[in-house]
Amino acid sequence: MSDFDSAPLHLKMNLSPHAAALGMNLVSIEKGRGIMSVPWREEFVGDPESGVIASGVVTALIDHTCGLAINSAMDEMVPIATLDLRIDYLRPAAPRTGLTAEAHAYRLTRTVGFVRAEAWDVERGDLVATAQAAFMLNTRAQPLGAKS
Amino acid sequence: MSEIHGLDTFLQRVPYVRFLGMRVELAGDEMTTVLPFSQHLIGNPMLPAIHGGAIGAFLELTALAQLSLVEPARRVPKTIDITIEYLRSAGPRDVYARAILRKVGRRVANVQVEAWQESRAKPVAGMTGHFLLRNDEA
Repeated sequence: MSDFDSAPLHLKMNLSPHAAALGMNLVSIEKGRGIMSVPWREEFVGDPESGVIASGVVTALIDHTCGLAINSAMDEMVPIATLDLRIDYLRPAAPRTGLTAEAHAYRLTRTVGFVRAEAWDVERGDLVATAQAAFMLNTRAQPLGAKS
Repeated sequence: MSEIHGLDTFLQRVPYVRFLGMRVELAGDEMTTVLPFSQHLIGNPMLPAIHGGAIGAFLELTALAQLSLVEPARRVPKTIDITIEYLRSAGPRDVYARAILRKVGRRVANVQVEAWQESRAKPVAGMTGHFLLRNDEA
């Protein structure tokens, strides 16, 4: 897997096998922020009565996008691990519709990163889910937003 | 065997369950879910480790499967919220999980799930979630 090892962050986020299996796509990236999307597919459906995408897909998308936001906030790629992830499912997604998530790593200490994320189906302002997560950082990288 | 029927319906009718490859083992009314290891579950191929999102989805589906055992007549409940706690990196091996229904009310259920790999005493992740129960006409 040396391809994965040496890939730049924006490619690595799409190369993760589970992300690739879900068809995840990096939409945009800036320091401490990232946006990713997943398409709707028949095999992702969680409620066969309605054709709505499974909330597990939302979970995977949000977890992955949170990782992107943290990695983009740091000067070098370091291994990170999710400590906890809380997701509120505000409403079901529209049937037969994919999802987009934006995550913001709003505070990084030397050891922990705090992230908020939101997911929507059609319009950015009409959210499907909100999330809050904490990550362990295996890092000696420069903290973001901390007094040095 | 209406309970089993409800569970079968859940497992066979939800496409995302098949996408993950999840299956269920029953010992009487005691249910263990299994997520057989597969390449498409890997999040980080360098470690390698199963994707946290796949683990989270498996925990949530375990809660829904357990609910389908006790509430076979209802539609798939709607997830209201979940909190996932990641305890250990999940290696390239099968994952198992069991759910505890802490409360099943008229409209809402509180479910706790724990997942492990080699040893149940060393869980890889836990989850607590609230689920909205729905009648067929709802």
